Amino acid sequence: MSHYETVIGLEVHVELATKTKIFCGCSTEFGAPPNTHTCPICLGHPGVLPVLNREAVNYAMKAAMALNCHIAEKSKFDRKNYFYPDLPKAYQISQFDQPIGQKGWIEIEVDGTSKRIGITRVHLEEDAGKLNHIADGEGSLVDFNRVGVPLIEIVSEPDLRSPQEAKAYLEKLKTILQFTGVSDVKMEEGSLRCDANISLRPVGEERFGTKTELKNLNSFRNVERALTYEQQRQQELLEDGQPIVQQTLRWLEDQNRTKMMRSKEEAHDYRYFPDPDLVVLEIDEAWKEQIRSSLPELPDARKRRYREELGLSDYDANILISSKAISDFFDQTVTHAVDPKVAANWITSDLLGYLNQEGKGLEETKVTPELLANMLQLMEKGIISSKLAKKVFREIVTTGKDPKQIVEEKGWIQITDENQLRDEVKKVLEANPKSIADFQNGKDRALGFLVGQVMKATRGKANPQLVNQLIREEIARL
Amino acid sequence: MSISKEQVEHIAALARLRLTTEERDQFTIQLNQILQYAEKLNELETDHIEPTSHIDPMSNVMREDKVQPSLPREKALLNAPDHQDGMFKVPAVFEE
Amino acid sequence: MSLLQKQLKEIHNLIKKRDISARDLVQESIARIEEVDQKVQAFLTLDVEGAKKKAEKLDEWLKESGSTKLLTALPMGIKDNICTEGVRTTCASKQLANYQPIYDGTVVKKLNQAQAIMMGKLNMDEFAMGSSTENSSFHLTYNPWDLKRVPGGSSGGSAAAVAAGEVYFALGSDTGGSIRQPAAYCGVVGLKPTYGRVSRYGLVAYASSLDQIGPITKNVEDAAYVLQAIAGYDPQDSTSAQVEVPDYVRGLTGDIRGLKIAVPKEMMGEGIEEGVRAQVQAALKQLEKLGAMVEEVSLPHVEYAIATYYLLSPAEASSNLARFDGVRYGVREQGQNLLEMYEETRSKGFGPEVKRRIMLGTYALSSGYYDAYYLKAQKVRTLIRQDFEQIFADYDVIVGPTTPTVAFEIGSQVDDLLTLYANDVCTIPVNLAGLPAISVPCGRSEGLPVGLQVIGKAFDEETILRVAHAYEESTESIGTPDLGGVSQ
Repeated sequence: MSHYETVIGLEVHVELATKTKIFCGCSTEFGAPPNTHTCPICLGHPGVLPVLNREAVNYAMKAAMALNCHIAEKSKFDRKNYFYPDLPKAYQISQFDQPIGQKGWIEIEVDGTSKRIGITRVHLEEDAGKLNHIADGEGSLVDFNRVGVPLIEIVSEPDLRSPQEAKAYLEKLKTILQFTGVSDVKMEEGSLRCDANISLRPVGEERFGTKTELKNLNSFRNVERALTYEQQRQQELLEDGQPIVQQTLRWLEDQNRTKMMRSKEEAHDYRYFPDPDLVVLEIDEAWKEQIRSSLPELPDARKRRYREELGLSDYDANILISSKAISDFFDQTVTHAVDPKVAANWITSDLLGYLNQEGKGLEETKVTPELLANMLQLMEKGIISSKLAKKVFREIVTTGKDPKQIVEEKGWIQITDENQLRDEVKKVLEANPKSIADFQNGKDRALGFLVGQVMKATRGKANPQLVNQLIREEIARL
Repeated sequence: MSISKEQVEHIAALARLRLTTEERDQFTIQLNQILQYAEKLNELETDHIEPTSHIDPMSNVMREDKVQPSLPREKALLNAPDHQDGMFKVPAVFEE
Repeated sequence: MSLLQKQLKEIHNLIKKRDISARDLVQESIARIEEVDQKVQAFLTLDVEGAKKKAEKLDEWLKESGSTKLLTALPMGIKDNICTEGVRTTCASKQLANYQPIYDGTVVKKLNQAQAIMMGKLNMDEFAMGSSTENSSFHLTYNPWDLKRVPGGSSGGSAAAVAAGEVYFALGSDTGGSIRQPAAYCGVVGLKPTYGRVSRYGLVAYASSLDQIGPITKNVEDAAYVLQAIAGYDPQDSTSAQVEVPDYVRGLTGDIRGLKIAVPKEMMGEGIEEGVRAQVQAALKQLEKLGAMVEEVSLPHVEYAIATYYLLSPAEASSNLARFDGVRYGVREQGQNLLEMYEETRSKGFGPEVKRRIMLGTYALSSGYYDAYYLKAQKVRTLIRQDFEQIFADYDVIVGPTTPTVAFEIGSQVDDLLTLYANDVCTIPVNLAGLPAISVPCGRSEGLPVGLQVIGKAFDEETILRVAHAYEESTESIGTPDLGGVSQ
């Protein structure tokens, strides 16, 4: 990529976590049997009218604020007209020229450098139904449960310069939205969807090249793969002196390639016009303030706090803020007077390690911030060793029992009684004269072996520092 | 401005209407008649006039986010020209 | 005399005293329909069984000393573009020949609560596009005053059914005059309420920013009763107004002394037939005699109303009618693939006038033409609205003819679109401005009814009802059409 610069913009659709659809009272719950969450309104029957869900507007404002957008004082809804079986009214109620939010930005980090990516707009619209293709190609089946679920569309500026940046942008966007709580942002359930525009231009050129639009990018990995593929394809064409044709492409995941959906000539003429069935939105300062005050601390602010106030490493801070649940868990743990660095270390390695290994979510375990803090305190007081703590942690996660209780029940309290340990040390030394000799001849490794033997004999309960000290003392006495 | 037969065909395609040749020719004449009549509006200077898309000056009409019962599926499918497995059935989408 | 001929209060007293039953009234309606509907053909769908059942249930309930309401047991009809659960609703379109609504429109619910009894669904121009009911995909409706003539439209079936005495009252819908014009042609009263006064939920949309449902009745008092029953805020219609509904009947005092009436010269000009103008002028004299002050005014932008309307309404219609795609309801035509199915369904399901307006509206909204046509028309709409605002700063009502002519002969105007559209010159500006207006019979010209239109300020239906009522009370009735039959 030495001659060309890649220019990428993303359009991200996010389903909002309201209880009901945007224009009717049907439930938005995921996974119901087909066409059981429908009514005359979302089925687009003749004569029905939409009534706007207030919470959908609140969520859209909240998201727009979290993305640093300017919130509109006046906003309205428009009809986007096109025919498709998953679109009952043959128009989608969307926002054309007066979106809820405009001119925002987020900060991404790639290879250690951070970069600000502009957000052109955030607007509200309704989702379409789901089209299931019948295997033999004889037709399609339509389920309208999803139609009318509120969506926000987030359009980025063409500020992204590589597929890696695009992926980082998406990850950041997902985290921010997750922190605000406006969506569960699950790409696998379709609550976050992404389309991409990509073009290439010679390095130093200001004008944009001809772009193509990529659709059906259903995972972060696919976004990166598809963009990498398309970047390569365009570069080869340009190097061959061939023009790029403006078109919409569909990513075929299983074949690792794109396929043309429609050319520019076939592009839709959506005939947007203000929806006469809905009245305008007037968003005053009081409303904005109400939403602003409900915004939680966002990932960037949290990271700053972790780094500057708690002294965490960049690495740990990044891992913690990658999930709101984990970050919240950490924040609650450190309210219990434990060392933030130790807590961060346990959460990022042991807790996340466990979750990854078991493929579980935090809410599926029994551990709470208080239990973790209690355990860390036992460690700090020397009641359990760090080695024992790992076992205690497993117990907490699966049983939810208090660490103190676990330690008592299992008899895992560390042996710190010198006399008791000295006896164990003597026994081990008697049984291993060769190791003593090795140690005396300057082989430090022999000491480790001896400590290990004592630990084994005490089933791990001995205080290793103390054992170490006692062995040195006993050998010196010999 | 006048509208050509080709434009009439394009408009028909956008509206998912298939016109016979007679219909196309007739609509071309009639649409031109009406559009020519509509030119009358250009007699008026409207650069600084706000458009009226809603006659009543209302704003912020919203409902609470409260679940209402949905239809029983039989009722949702009652008028369906074709259905299968609880879903509305349509012919295959051409581009697939 | 037929029971249905009696005054509403009289019928109400008889019902209240249990001298007559709901069944008696429904029987009268059925008998009259059997007698004359072959000639008039006002109905698209009759629900005789449903009406009988409802009457029986109502009688049961009344026997157990249930309380009555003013509209209790009155047989009525509903225009076929208002959804009635379980009773076929076609919009007079082949597209919806088999459509069974799965819900009741708000006005239908309200009339059910008012205990009126629906006899069936009334003919209209397909999707309310037209002014003669000749655009119905099923059959013509004939003007009861002269069966060779149109009843007007698009609510032609509603006006004809009331004029012929088949139902006590009917509901129509009015986008550019579709209640008032057929009421004028059929010699009955038709009221288009202020935009937002009556819920549109359940009214199959033609042009959403202009459509309103309203009553068609034999006299002004009945219009007040029916409006009372259907008006008011509806949380299911975001454009319905949260404005208090006054007691309309109490407002019918007969006293219009000191009232200031404006007569726009644009509505009394050359286009108005001599016979119509003469009747309207006589009516204005009568209003003066009743103590009102009548002055000529000008609405300078009214001459642009028709052009404005024929850009805005088709644009909205092109989007509103896109949902008729053969996927979820309606008559589907087969196709090899989805696109063919769409095109076959829509091309065969819609009649020529509907297709024409969809085409026109699609064009007015399409890329490159939006500003020149749709946006321009919306701006002119503002100017027209302002014209009315200025007049209403000084006057209480605006009065003129409802239509430039009396009912025309069937088949006489179908080829000349612009003349046909020009018919709406007095009614269209009112929809563009969102105002209430009533058409009340005002004599006859060449034996055919003439309509007097009274236009009011927004949400001031009270005053237009009072003026129309005072006029009606002080002049001789035009009578009823002679359709023969014993019930006459």
